[in-house]
Amino acid sequence: MAILSQILFVLALIFAIYFFIRNVKKLVRNIKLGKTINRRDQPSKRFKNMAMVALGQSKMVKRPIAGILHIVVYLGFVIINIEMIEIVIDGIFGTHRVLSFMGGFYDFLIGSFEILALLVLVGVIVFWIRRNVIRLKRFWANEMTSWPKNDANNILYFEMILMVLFLTMNAADYQLQLVGADHYANEAGIIGAFPVSQFLLPLIDGLSISSLIFIERTAWWLHILGVLFFLNYLYYSKHLHILLAFPNTYFAKLQPQGEFNNLEAVKNEVALMMDPNADPFAVPADDASAESAAIPDKFGASDVQDLNWVQLLNSYTCTECGRCTAECPANQTGKKLSPRKIMMDTRDRLEEVGKNIDKNGKFENDNKQLLNDYITKEELWACTTCNACVEACPIGIDPLSIIMDMRRYLVMEESAAPNELNIAMGNIENNGAPWPYNQMDRMNWSQEK
Amino acid sequence: MTEEIKVPTMAEFLSQGKAPEVLFWVGCAGSFDDRAKKITKAFVKLLHKAGVEFAVLGTEESCTGDPAKRAGNEFLFQMQAAMNIQVLNGYEIKKIVTACPHCFNTLKNEYPDLGGNYEVIHHTQFLKSLLEEGRMTVEGGKFKGKRITFHDPCYLGRANGVFEAPRELLQKLEVELVEMRKCKKAGLCCGAGGAQMFKEPEPGNKDVNILRTEQALETQPDMIAAGCPFCNTMMTDGVKNKNKENDIEVLDVAEMIAQAQDL
Ligand code: SF4
Ligand code: SF4
Repeated sequence: MAILSQILFVLALIFAIYFFIRNVKKLVRNIKLGKTINRRDQPSKRFKNMAMVALGQSKMVKRPIAGILHIVVYLGFVIINIEMIEIVIDGIFGTHRVLSFMGGFYDFLIGSFEILALLVLVGVIVFWIRRNVIRLKRFWANEMTSWPKNDANNILYFEMILMVLFLTMNAADYQLQLVGADHYANEAGIIGAFPVSQFLLPLIDGLSISSLIFIERTAWWLHILGVLFFLNYLYYSKHLHILLAFPNTYFAKLQPQGEFNNLEAVKNEVALMMDPNADPFAVPADDASAESAAIPDKFGASDVQDLNWVQLLNSYTCTECGRCTAECPANQTGKKLSPRKIMMDTRDRLEEVGKNIDKNGKFENDNKQLLNDYITKEELWACTTCNACVEACPIGIDPLSIIMDMRRYLVMEESAAPNELNIAMGNIENNGAPWPYNQMDRMNWSQEK
Repeated sequence: MTEEIKVPTMAEFLSQGKAPEVLFWVGCAGSFDDRAKKITKAFVKLLHKAGVEFAVLGTEESCTGDPAKRAGNEFLFQMQAAMNIQVLNGYEIKKIVTACPHCFNTLKNEYPDLGGNYEVIHHTQFLKSLLEEGRMTVEGGKFKGKRITFHDPCYLGRANGVFEAPRELLQKLEVELVEMRKCKKAGLCCGAGGAQMFKEPEPGNKDVNILRTEQALETQPDMIAAGCPFCNTMMTDGVKNKNKENDIEVLDVAEMIAQAQDL
């Protein structure tokens, strides 16, 4: 019997890890569909950013209530998972509380896990209330269709259940130790400390040893299976941020927010135009510089493959909190643009492209693209490039860079700018100012009274 | 008060074999927009008073390309940048001051990669340094005790981390500086950035400048201070929309300092 449960446990573990690795591979493959961009410079600055923003949650606390609750849940979640080490060892070897040899320190650990579990439970319940009872506006915006809403609640239910199971398991275990059940009781006395689950004891008082064992085992199994399921749910969920927040903040842009990249391909073209000696019809020499001067197949981005891999990583990292959208001037004034939707659309389209590759071995044209089929021009043109979304994101996502790359496509590939903009750009080209004034009048102001 | 101030150009400096202390990049708004020209003139008066040897490019200046870049027209931007860099490098410009945060951001952050390396500062930073060097004094004058809120231009504040220079100058005017609910890093855009200035807004339920003006009015200010010609226009329109133009003036920080000294 014992050996059977050990075998089942190992199988469940292998199964879960196998699927997890499969998902990670898919994730990496999809992110690598993006264009290259160098984000490996200045490692110390990057580590600092990661430590502050991802580990230290410095941006979460900009909204203090949500921020502090989030820190509690996050710390609780991470620390309680230390207990997973013991659970896995116990599961494989059929032992019971194998780490209890640590004595007083072990009691301290288990005791703190219990307190954290309670705090997590409270935090998660408050989160649920904010979402479903208080109905904070940003959780009920247009792009929060049924799946994103369910996803968010699923995770909350999940955490509630896991915490309750953890505490139930401990309560039953404690009671078993108290009644001196075999395999549970220890000559040295009670192992572990149960500051929270002791209050559950009245509920199971008087149950037979076999019932207690049944409760303890059931809670233990459901808890570990729940955790393994959760691990594999991540890939499909906004909860992926618990892993990706770290690389995402590490690879975030370090330049001032106002600095937009200068397109390399355009640089080469402009250099040719500015250089009177350049022969635009010259056959490119077969050296590296000529190669980089080759005109790319596309300026800007109309689909996910045209974005860079950091932008794609951003899309998987987005936790759909909507802090960006809540700060967006366009969104606040009723425009269609929502930076959160930009990120969600990018991820959805990337997933679609990924599935297409899974099915066909390589990407087969599906007559769809990120532009128009997901993100409309109306959204793109509403952006003031103010960077409020970038600043607001608690995990270093840059929705603006995607908007910009898509505008570049619209203007440079499709000449599809709004007409007033075409006029302004025509003026810049002809008179060096966005208005129809003569460049020769540029200093007239100094003569005017 | 209306005496004309000689504004020297780089070409004139060069013909005398001299180099100015700083180049004043006027920008398109500062050159052509009626409201923004007043800011340009106020800043020039301050430079003059402080005895700063400055020059402008005059007719050799051209749009930095910022609106084109934010609209997505990288070609036009880089063409503009290349032309401007040719002129600036030809004059061996080292230091540029500008009263436009969009020019400031573009010149400072996006030109170096294209071959234009200059020390670029915003006019509020420059005025602050003149103050610190004792070349200029700021006194409250008619602004003393006035309740003033400062609207952070996105491309000066959030985009480049300049929050204090304009505020310090306002404090020197002995005003009562009040902050909006959304300020500094969390400031709300005026609605002009990203080439929005040159197009109609997309359909919505409000214009961005109205929302921002409402936030400013919440602080019950006597005046609204700005640090960008485009923000200035947007906020001025917003105040008009609320029928408050007779009560609440929108002024650039440089204009306030100049007016305080009756310049
Ligand atoms: S940069 Fe664009 S998308 Fe982001 S907050 Fe500003 S207007 Fe909204
Ligand atoms: S981009 Fe950032 S701020 Fe916006 S929803 Fe995603 S995680 Fe939240």
